Amino acid sequence: MSDVVEKTLTALPSLLSLDPQPGSAKLSSTSKLGNLIRGITELTSKHEEEKLIQHELASIKDQVSSPNTSMMKELMVRAIYCESLGYEASFTYIHAIKLAQQGTALEKRVGYLAVSLFLNESHELLLLLVNTVLKDLQSTNLIEVCMALTVVSQMFPKDMIPAILPLVEEKLNHPKEIIRRKAVLALYKFYLIAPNQVQHIHNKFRKALCDKDPGVMTASLHIYLQMIQENPEGYKDLTASFVTILKQVVGGKLPMDFNYHSVPAPWLQIQLLRILALLGKNDQSASAVMYEVLDESLRRAEMNHNITYAILYECVKCIYTIHPKSDLLEKAAKCIGNFVLSPKINLKYLGLKALTYVVQQDPRLALQHQMTIIECLDHSDLIIKRETLELLFRITNAQNVVVIVEKMLEFLRVNTDDYTTIDLVGKVAELAEKYPSDTMSTVFSVGGDMMQPDIPNSFLKLLSEGFDSVEEDRKLRLFAVDSYITLLQKEPGKLPQRFLQVISWVLGEYSHLKDELEPTVVLKLLAKLLDMKHTSSETKSWILMAMTKLCEGGAEVSVVREVSETYSSSMDTVLRQRAHELQYLSQDSELRAKVLLRDNGLRPLEVDSSLSFLDGFVSEALAAGAAPYKPPHQRQEELAQAKALSLEPYGLSLPMSMSSCSITDRQSPTLLSMSSGLSGDSAEISHKGGSTSLKLDGVKRVWGREGYLPQRAAVEEAAQVEVPCTLRSPSQQGDADSSHSQTPTSTPTPTEPDPEKQQLASLFFGLSSQSSVCLMGKPEPTPHRFRRKAKGVTDPTSSSLISTPSNVEKLLCNNLLDSNIASELAVSSAKQITELPQGLKTASSAADEDPDRPKDLCLISHLPAELSELCHSEITPLCTIQSILCAVNSCQYRGDVLIQTPFNHLHQVTHVSAELKKSTQCLSFAHSDVTFPCRPLTVSTEEYGTMWLSFSHDTKQNLTLIGDGQEALTATLNVLKQKLQLHVVEIIGQEGILSCRLLQDQPCLMHCRVHAGTLAVWLRSPVPDLPDCLIYHCQRALQEY
Amino acid sequence: MMIKFVLMVNRQGQTRLSRYYQPVELSRRAALEADVVRCCLSRRKEQVPEGHTSCGSAAAPLRLLSLRPLCPQCSFVEYRDFKLVYRQYAALYIVVGVTDAENELSIYELVHNFVEVLDKYFSRVSELDIMFNLDKVHIILDEMIQNGHIVETNKTRVLAPLTALDKMADG
Repeated sequence: MSDVVEKTLTALPSLLSLDPQPGSAKLSSTSKLGNLIRGITELTSKHEEEKLIQHELASIKDQVSSPNTSMMKELMVRAIYCESLGYEASFTYIHAIKLAQQGTALEKRVGYLAVSLFLNESHELLLLLVNTVLKDLQSTNLIEVCMALTVVSQMFPKDMIPAILPLVEEKLNHPKEIIRRKAVLALYKFYLIAPNQVQHIHNKFRKALCDKDPGVMTASLHIYLQMIQENPEGYKDLTASFVTILKQVVGGKLPMDFNYHSVPAPWLQIQLLRILALLGKNDQSASAVMYEVLDESLRRAEMNHNITYAILYECVKCIYTIHPKSDLLEKAAKCIGNFVLSPKINLKYLGLKALTYVVQQDPRLALQHQMTIIECLDHSDLIIKRETLELLFRITNAQNVVVIVEKMLEFLRVNTDDYTTIDLVGKVAELAEKYPSDTMSTVFSVGGDMMQPDIPNSFLKLLSEGFDSVEEDRKLRLFAVDSYITLLQKEPGKLPQRFLQVISWVLGEYSHLKDELEPTVVLKLLAKLLDMKHTSSETKSWILMAMTKLCEGGAEVSVVREVSETYSSSMDTVLRQRAHELQYLSQDSELRAKVLLRDNGLRPLEVDSSLSFLDGFVSEALAAGAAPYKPPHQRQEELAQAKALSLEPYGLSLPMSMSSCSITDRQSPTLLSMSSGLSGDSAEISHKGGSTSLKLDGVKRVWGREGYLPQRAAVEEAAQVEVPCTLRSPSQQGDADSSHSQTPTSTPTPTEPDPEKQQLASLFFGLSSQSSVCLMGKPEPTPHRFRRKAKGVTDPTSSSLISTPSNVEKLLCNNLLDSNIASELAVSSAKQITELPQGLKTASSAADEDPDRPKDLCLISHLPAELSELCHSEITPLCTIQSILCAVNSCQYRGDVLIQTPFNHLHQVTHVSAELKKSTQCLSFAHSDVTFPCRPLTVSTEEYGTMWLSFSHDTKQNLTLIGDGQEALTATLNVLKQKLQLHVVEIIGQEGILSCRLLQDQPCLMHCRVHAGTLAVWLRSPVPDLPDCLIYHCQRALQEY
Repeated sequence: MMIKFVLMVNRQGQTRLSRYYQPVELSRRAALEADVVRCCLSRRKEQVPEGHTSCGSAAAPLRLLSLRPLCPQCSFVEYRDFKLVYRQYAALYIVVGVTDAENELSIYELVHNFVEVLDKYFSRVSELDIMFNLDKVHIILDEMIQNGHIVETNKTRVLAPLTALDKMADG
């Protein structure tokens, strides 16, 4: 314990007996409160504190119920102490209300105080206070009225406002200023919690604003600031009034006791300046009224005191917010300069904060103070550094980005606060994306697993898509490979998982660029990563994919064999899958060459998701007597018929229904099984990655559950190659060049700066007047954003983005269903349905070639307007309008038909295709089923039970019932059954169970219970997003009904 | 822009007074306060030079306003998504949590105004005065800050209700 406290403690008894002060005079050192305070002061450990407070609470509890109210005030204060140390004393709450009700004078006030400290605004006990407040408001004792108004302006139950509103309004005309002032503050509280209730008394606010007492006027400003924030246009007529008030305040017209350190009512001035800023923003005429008083404010605030600086800061902000006036701006800029240069740290901080605000209007100001800013970067105080970085972030441009990012990273390395790290990492990543450079690896290692998951994703995308020049790309990739190899050779154990994933992808993809690098070396490094204890299985699968890409046969086979053997028996299905891929591909180099094209990303790969290359295989299988493929609805119908005849009520399980398909088409069941394998595969991925990971493997899925699919890979190789069209315009290029060649115009600095700092001053090169325009004003939509190469229909990154069901879902929800495009599509597909047979014929006749497509369908015109403007490739007429619908439909049996590039600005449906050949039924089906691509899952109640327990993702919600009474449940479930193709498993009393599935093995179970007039729904599924999605559709379906 | 809370803590990190203007659950307050105190007090070493503590006389409790606060460090600290403004008076720290848009310096001076008001009421306020009159300190604070906004700064007016109460109790 510090000696100060000891000293005060020794002085305690004498103080208590001698001190004639009010308050302490009545306390004896032996009083309970005195004991408590002494006890608290002497505390040395948390444990002791707990003991003391528990004891205290017990003692309070003991006494509080005794009718002796003279002790009550002290008991309350003791309870307040206990609560302020974090120990709940809820048993005293009711007594606090009682004290407010029955106590006199100070006791009453303490009762009110305790209530306002103990209860929050929604506490039910607060209702008990209403009567007391009502009584006190009507009291003839001004002090009691005052207390009541104070507590009302702190907290009051919203619903009870009408009960006291007339009384409070009445007080606005009270002769005493303090009552009027408190009444205004009470009305402010009402405005905050229930603005509608006080709408009718806006004119009374005006009266308060014009009150002869400055205190009442000040109180009314709170209401006005709030109202003007919400609607500046509505109060423009008051601008002159506020200006007059400010003028009077600044001119010292207020009574002396409003002064603080001889500055007239400083907080009032600040409040007024804030209001003026709101009114003058984007309003030249309102601003013109203010110029004079702002000028005077600047002039008057020359005194050397913190509070004048506080006013100046507000004044400067106001000047830069309203319509600009040059001489005022000049003065304000000078003012900021003084702040920034001040040796007082608080002032320096405020200067930087002002500068951060101001550079958004005028970046040149930063230029003036560049040397100071750079000095601030090395300031010993963290918050100064932090504020400087914030400022630098706002003035970053292509020339200074490297220095600024370096500074930010420097800060990140020493920073320990999570909030700051997340904020800064986000900013660095934003800059790195805007102005691509090689800083990302530092960001990854420093930011660790804390950063937002989209940061590594966009980085990889950046790396794979490349920039303007091939050579640059090569350099960047080589650099990445080099630095990552070095990192791995050091201590990979310390790197965060996300970074390891990025590293393995980059090494897998680009390590061949470095000629002298033996693949074995890389493989060994990667294998080492696999062996590390804390490597997550997600990371491991990234590593295995990288190994698959790297393994070219030869020396490295032994490493690979060991790895693949280890993981091919892994418990994790994804890892096992990857290990199998690795094993097969490492043994068959011919196949490997076909599957893993090393094209440096110059030739975008194309995925033929219609699987037309399988046609040969399919017809062979058919010829061999296999059962043809049937679309799901057909199977369903047959299933329904079969069920009608069946004697077993719940006996038919899904696999049986699949295999019992009769032969009606030319398709084979082999395709079915294979595609289910495929969909299973993608389902696993969606399990694995959830929404946080990106599947940038670049390895095409060549393995279904049934094994290797050679044809698919072969056709992929032969697939058409898109020529990317460059979006880069020559003029943009020119701009960039000219800004590079521009000679920097740094202002001379007073002292001779050391060379390092001068070099740092390059920070501001980009800020010279000419380029400043495009720095801040954003003349181009995305001036320095890297120019994406337009992608082909698919590119290496998106090719692997075979949409998982949740993507399909999102696409459906966002792009198709919720916009009118869906209806548009439906109409157009109906029109063009006639073209289809022709297309189908050609397709079947030329099975080996690319699938024939209906020719003249211009997809672009069918994209929503906001999408068609975005950068998109020439859309190969792979996709037709019908096929979008088909695709929606066909995603039921295959997870990879719809491909979406879910990146920032590219929401286009790039690659949509479907098997037009299948049948026209498929098309007609599409119309009815476009809402939600799920289908019934026929399970028995027992099966349902076991499945329910094994699913991990769930969601609960209440839905509205359709109809009422006994039939409500059945009626509602029937609607769901009809609209969403859900299967009603069983209805027992007021509960029902339903099931459906999105893909072959992506079931979703639903449990409904009628509860209190609503339908309590509980959904479970192994697929993360499926329950949420289904609940959404259920809601829609019921609403539409 | 608004004030989120006002804390009074001593050098040992014990909370002397806390007032929240945004609902914070009781269970979370202790952790928040400990965290806030750690943020501000960790800067103490640089702020108070050796020997500074001996300024108070041995017999009397330390008067808060007797010392001119030294301030070689910034009085503002970034904490989560808001800022802390703190000011030291003898062994007592007053910490105010404010939103980022708030004018920190004006809050810094508000704290001083608050202490001046306390000094006026208790005539030469010390930490003990605050401890033994927690209720009155709260009443004073309630006159100055409500709903996270500054509602009164005029010292006479801030004290008016409380002195009236005292008179009533005496007479």
